[in-house]
Amino acid sequence: MSDSVNKKEFSHALKKTPMDPEVQAKRDEKIKVAMIALCGCWGCTLSLLDMDEALLELLDSVTILRSSLTDIKRIPQRCAIGFVEGGVANEENIETLKHFRENCDILISVGACAVWGGIPAMRNEIELTECFREAYIDSPTAVPGAIPTIPYHEDVPKLTTKVYPCHEVVKMDYFIPGCPPDGAAILKVLDDLIHGRVFELPTSINRYD
Amino acid sequence: MSRKLVIDPVTRIEGHGKVTLTLDDNNKVTDARLHVVEFRGFEKFVQGHPYWEAPVLLQRICGICFVSHHLCGAKALDDMIGVGLGSGVKLLPTPEKVRRLGHYAQQLQSHVTAYFYLVVPEMLFGMDAPPEQRNVLGLVEANPALIKRVVALRKWGQELIKTVLGKRMHGINSVPGGVSKNISLAERERFLNGEEGLLSIDEVIEYAQDGLKLFYDFHEKHREEVDNFAVVPALDMCLVDDAGNVDYYHGKLRIVDENKNIVRELDYHDYLDHFSEATEEWSYMKFPFLKDLGREKGSVRVGPLARLNVTQCYLTPLAQEALERFKAYTNGKSNNMVLHTNWARAIEIIHCAELIKQLLNDPDLQQDQLLLTPADNAWTGEGVGAVEAPRGTLLHHYRADRAGNITFANLIVATTHNNQVLNRTVRAVAEKYVGGNVEITEGMMNAIEVGIRAYDPCLSCATHALGQMPLVVSLYDKAGSLIHERSR
Ligand code: SF4
Repeated sequence: MSDSVNKKEFSHALKKTPMDPEVQAKRDEKIKVAMIALCGCWGCTLSLLDMDEALLELLDSVTILRSSLTDIKRIPQRCAIGFVEGGVANEENIETLKHFRENCDILISVGACAVWGGIPAMRNEIELTECFREAYIDSPTAVPGAIPTIPYHEDVPKLTTKVYPCHEVVKMDYFIPGCPPDGAAILKVLDDLIHGRVFELPTSINRYD
Repeated sequence: MSRKLVIDPVTRIEGHGKVTLTLDDNNKVTDARLHVVEFRGFEKFVQGHPYWEAPVLLQRICGICFVSHHLCGAKALDDMIGVGLGSGVKLLPTPEKVRRLGHYAQQLQSHVTAYFYLVVPEMLFGMDAPPEQRNVLGLVEANPALIKRVVALRKWGQELIKTVLGKRMHGINSVPGGVSKNISLAERERFLNGEEGLLSIDEVIEYAQDGLKLFYDFHEKHREEVDNFAVVPALDMCLVDDAGNVDYYHGKLRIVDENKNIVRELDYHDYLDHFSEATEEWSYMKFPFLKDLGREKGSVRVGPLARLNVTQCYLTPLAQEALERFKAYTNGKSNNMVLHTNWARAIEIIHCAELIKQLLNDPDLQQDQLLLTPADNAWTGEGVGAVEAPRGTLLHHYRADRAGNITFANLIVATTHNNQVLNRTVRAVAEKYVGGNVEITEGMMNAIEVGIRAYDPCLSCATHALGQMPLVVSLYDKAGSLIHERSR
């Protein structure tokens, strides 16, 4: 993210309404968890909600910092556990993941995309220029007569030539397979870790599809 | 000196987006854009795969409306093997109804997730509430009773999806020509009557009505702000049946103008004759529009607000009652008030719950004729599918060679249709809430996100297209750590 052209002012750095200190103090006592979504389909993030009622119970002892379900756009303080959905497919993903690694004690790849690239990694078999031709030049809905335009702009990140699993970019501590993993699997891992038990995924709740 | 304000990432939406605003010396908004910053490339990399893999692979575009992608793909495959609507053949009653059941369940689940988890926090806490509060965590702290109901409602939708498709997410049931499983009596009873830890259908309908009431209360208290937040006129489009009522699973595409005059009606198989897509350098998401009208006039809006503007009526009583109140509010003209999309979404939750109840009581779900087998030489090698996904009209189009390998795929997803109106909305809200202010706060910027969230855009869906020049070349050492990254 180069800020060279125009000094950018990020919305999350602007003056905001402060939290009620009492409510915040209660949250501060809890174990901090965060989740980022890189190149995935949002399904693994939603699998978190598939914990159903158990999620509400968990929230007695756990609080969520950055995630696409909250409005916290950067990790504000050190996190105990970070979940990652999706693999690395562009330059922003690299930065986001590295920043996440630096700020989380334990980092977990959630789902096929984070674990090995998943479906988006199918593009690794294809030359990017070919894909570019397909989408913007040979597209059946291309505007007749218009000069083909290719997205290229300081405000859209550049793609990596391949889609990478997270552990090829930073060290990942644990992996939960599945596309997506069931809520039960994420729950088991989270519950074990916050209670100091070892990471273990019994086959009864583990899945690869 | 001009100022550049950035929201990165836009949160409480699906997928990856960024907003940039440029303000001149007088703090006037000179530019306002929603950038979609991610893309994946399904259309290209699905090529060469066997045709029947398409609905399984392509639903991985989106973790919230996967059933829509799955069914849209299945409809295209029905066409391709020669037993689809493109060849004038209708599926047997049981498979069509099983597919519909899964689709309505997903419509409900997706709307519940979007409405309660992503939109309701602003209704309860206000747009300039602390960002740490205006989300599901804040709801848990402020209204534990409400969030329990929301969790139960979402769970019910997900469980029904699992029953129909085998998994809560990215399951399989539709196959070319039909489905692979019907709904047993025991399964039916479970959803009709509920059980320990699972609501009954009547409770679902009751909770759905409470959701709408939440909007009514909010609207009552903040009428001025809700109505005038942003008004963005556009053509409205959705699939309708022969009577002109919205049909989430099938129909012809109808497009109406502000006075609800029908400006276009088409068989979705002919979409290429009507739509073009423009590209901008600053976003990976394209801008579809009606060719003959041009991009300015011919961009359409899809999704809940559009569907309520297009449909004549609903055939279920509670939703119909709510629809009448909705229509009366704008004296029968199209409703262009962006925040009323949330009103429309709340009504659709009720509509889907009622449709599910009707279907669950239909004995066809237990029949065991599940598949149409194509006649010899029926293979057409091409298919187009369309459904009304939660966010609007979704379209899949495939071709395959005689060996059954996919040679071409084209998708237009709901959020892409909305690209133009989304950007108009961002601009309108930016001018109203941000422009002219010397001190700009986080809350003002959140107003822009509120405008975006009304469309519940799924930027995951919208970035299926692969194709772009800028490349980053990455070099890794033997141990797999990144040693060099270069852009060109
Ligand atoms: S692993 Fe599957 S569910 Fe998870 S983000 Fe990737 S495609 Fe979606």
